[in-house]
Amino acid sequence: MTQISERAAAPVEAPVQPADPSAAESSAAAQSAATAVTFAKALNTALADAMAADSSVLMFGEDVGPLGGVFRITDGLTARFGPGRCFDTPLAEAGIMGMAVGMAMNGMRPVVEMQFDAFAYPAFEQVVSHVAKLPNRTKGRVLLPMVIRIPYAGGIGGVEHHCDSSESYYAHTPGLTVLAPATVRDAYLMLREAIASPDPVVFLEPKKLYWSKEVVDLGELRRTFEDGSAPRTIGSAVVARSGTDATLIAYGPSVPTAMAAAAAAAEEGRSLEVIDVRSLVPFDDETVCASVRRTGRAVVIAETPGFASVAAEIVARVQERCFHSLAAPVRRVTGFDIPYPAPKLEHHFLPSVDRILDTVDELQWEDGQ
Amino acid sequence: MTIPTNSDSTRTEGGVDTQLLPSPVPVQLIDHHGEAHSDARYALPDPRALLAGYARLISGRRINDQANALVRQGRLAVYPSSHGQEACQVSAALVLQSQDWLFPTYRDTVAVITRGVDPLEVFTLLRGDWHSGYDPYELHVAPQATPLATQLLHAVGVAHAAKLRGEDTVVLALCGDGATSEGDFHEALNFAAVFHVPVVFFVQNNEYAISVPLKNQSVAPSLAHKAIGYGMPGERVDGNDLAALLSVLGAAVDHARSGGGPALIEAHTYRMQAHTNADDATRYRPAEDVDKWIPKDPISRLRTYLRGLSLLDDAVEEQFAADAEALAASIRAGLNADVEVDPQELFAHVYTQKTAQLREQADLLRDELSREAVQP
Ligand SMILES: Cc1ncc(C[n+]2csc(CCOP(=O)(O)OP(=O)(O)O)c2C)c(N)n1
Ligand SMILES: [Mg+2]
Repeated sequence: MTQISERAAAPVEAPVQPADPSAAESSAAAQSAATAVTFAKALNTALADAMAADSSVLMFGEDVGPLGGVFRITDGLTARFGPGRCFDTPLAEAGIMGMAVGMAMNGMRPVVEMQFDAFAYPAFEQVVSHVAKLPNRTKGRVLLPMVIRIPYAGGIGGVEHHCDSSESYYAHTPGLTVLAPATVRDAYLMLREAIASPDPVVFLEPKKLYWSKEVVDLGELRRTFEDGSAPRTIGSAVVARSGTDATLIAYGPSVPTAMAAAAAAAEEGRSLEVIDVRSLVPFDDETVCASVRRTGRAVVIAETPGFASVAAEIVARVQERCFHSLAAPVRRVTGFDIPYPAPKLEHHFLPSVDRILDTVDELQWEDGQ
Repeated sequence: MTIPTNSDSTRTEGGVDTQLLPSPVPVQLIDHHGEAHSDARYALPDPRALLAGYARLISGRRINDQANALVRQGRLAVYPSSHGQEACQVSAALVLQSQDWLFPTYRDTVAVITRGVDPLEVFTLLRGDWHSGYDPYELHVAPQATPLATQLLHAVGVAHAAKLRGEDTVVLALCGDGATSEGDFHEALNFAAVFHVPVVFFVQNNEYAISVPLKNQSVAPSLAHKAIGYGMPGERVDGNDLAALLSVLGAAVDHARSGGGPALIEAHTYRMQAHTNADDATRYRPAEDVDKWIPKDPISRLRTYLRGLSLLDDAVEEQFAADAEALAASIRAGLNADVEVDPQELFAHVYTQKTAQLREQADLLRDELSREAVQP
């Protein structure tokens, strides 16, 4: 579903050292051709490839060892790399995060899993006070090349505390890179890039997309990532669907909804462009604004409650930069400003195709045309 | 655990007060063959009380089975079963008086129902409604907590307020073995000890936190040993022995009520089923491990014991089973009925007064739904 926009590939930030070439080769041989791959499998393969390529990459958290994580994203990693490389910790998120900081200070590249969005909150102090600040406090002498993986957001019929859109807390915290992939291809490439990044990355995995499939060649993705030819994703948005009348700006779980809205609008004769932001921080003003200047109208779509959110930030940035190209105010379709509702009620909360199209309809078409 | 006589301080001149240490093996009053053993510190409860508790075990087991079935039928979103832990569940509720408070977790549905909360209200959230159902003030039962160990601090707060208000209230707070690793667990114990408030921390050690076995969670001699580090007594008890649980928890509650301060009780039990219906325990736990716990079942040993005393016969058992079945039938009937939830309620209680922003959002949803309703 993605259509990667043409962008200059940034230099690879950290060279990857093959530590276990045999393992890398055997997994490369196993996946040499394009097949239907789930988002979850792409993440799992990215972790395995990163661990095979660099022995300093570690994976730890709650139930990520023998169980393979409650979403099976770490499936098989303990068996393949041993319990020294992928392991369960005592049940304490602040402990996981704080220990990761220390490991990153001492030569490791920890990847930690927070079991669910809302269960990352006990680690919040470590994230905000140390993960985000330590490199700055030490004039860049202490770098924290760590990745905080968070299965996040809703749409899976989860009960309370299992569906939070927590991106705004992290995006609001200077020092954190915040990523939210929406495609299988990006799941692989962005996780590899996050692990290679010298800066700490909050990696938000939309739960409802774990089982979505795309035909990709994981072996090819591995090669293009490792030889540096894959386009960089951190700081780069993509045009997921081209259109001319208005721009839908979405990320993570809202991208498929925006794509569905664009498809429905096309049937009604309206051409909507969809931008997949994917890198919330750093934010790609250039790609987003280029699209809005072309179309003259924009709607930002996100599951998060809208007040003081990433969606609010995007609206503000677009308004500031594209004011003279706009035919209508930039609008938002977000979750309501309420706690995430129960399974049977979540459809009222989540941005829907109808709600998006209603909002698009309100973009002052008569005045503007 | 020996209750310290000097409640002002547990520090003694010569060093640590080892009386705070738990007994070297879990307290057991009725073994898994149904035989009673005397204990110097803990008296066997009155057989009548055990018979009443036995009836609760039977209903508790039936509630677990029924809830599991309702998940399979799509009537409940999920159910963390306490199958095998019913003695802990029942005793946690029975040792409390009406003015006391219970702070349960997601796994403690049977305890909440045993305390007297209407089962249909208890299942409100899991059946798909947006709120936690019952009124916490009615029977002094806090909402079942999911973020691990967080409720333990609330329990300390309720007890502290009760002390300041001069109330005769004891708070019993539940958590699992895994939750003892969370920072909030430690903070709660320390606060309770420092403020000397009437809280009984009751850890159901069922040996697993989802897939993680206890040995990867803690290498302390026992979880109850942690108590001495906070200056409160710790005790270990056979978590499948209702008699021992009633006696040990009862003593801790009495101690707290008489101003003696908090205590930590660890019950040794076992999670007989998967973490929830969404979990596949075969990935991390051999079936033989589970089989080893079948003979230690909390129901069978008490049954043997009570039959030995001739308090229990076929007729009484049939009566208990019929009562449990009636309870299950009412849960089934209640949950099989669809409830209409008004989506406007989602906005009603976020603040005591709906904000202007929320009024706007509620209106948007109302408008959408009314347009949907008029569409063919
Ligand atoms: C703060 C927090 N982190 C993670 C979770 C996810 N989670 C739910 S239950 C559970 C295991 C808890 O184990 P334990 O405390 O032993 O209780 P049990 O489920 O065995 O009754 C985990 C990790 C959570 N609910 N809250
Ligand atoms: Mg447990």
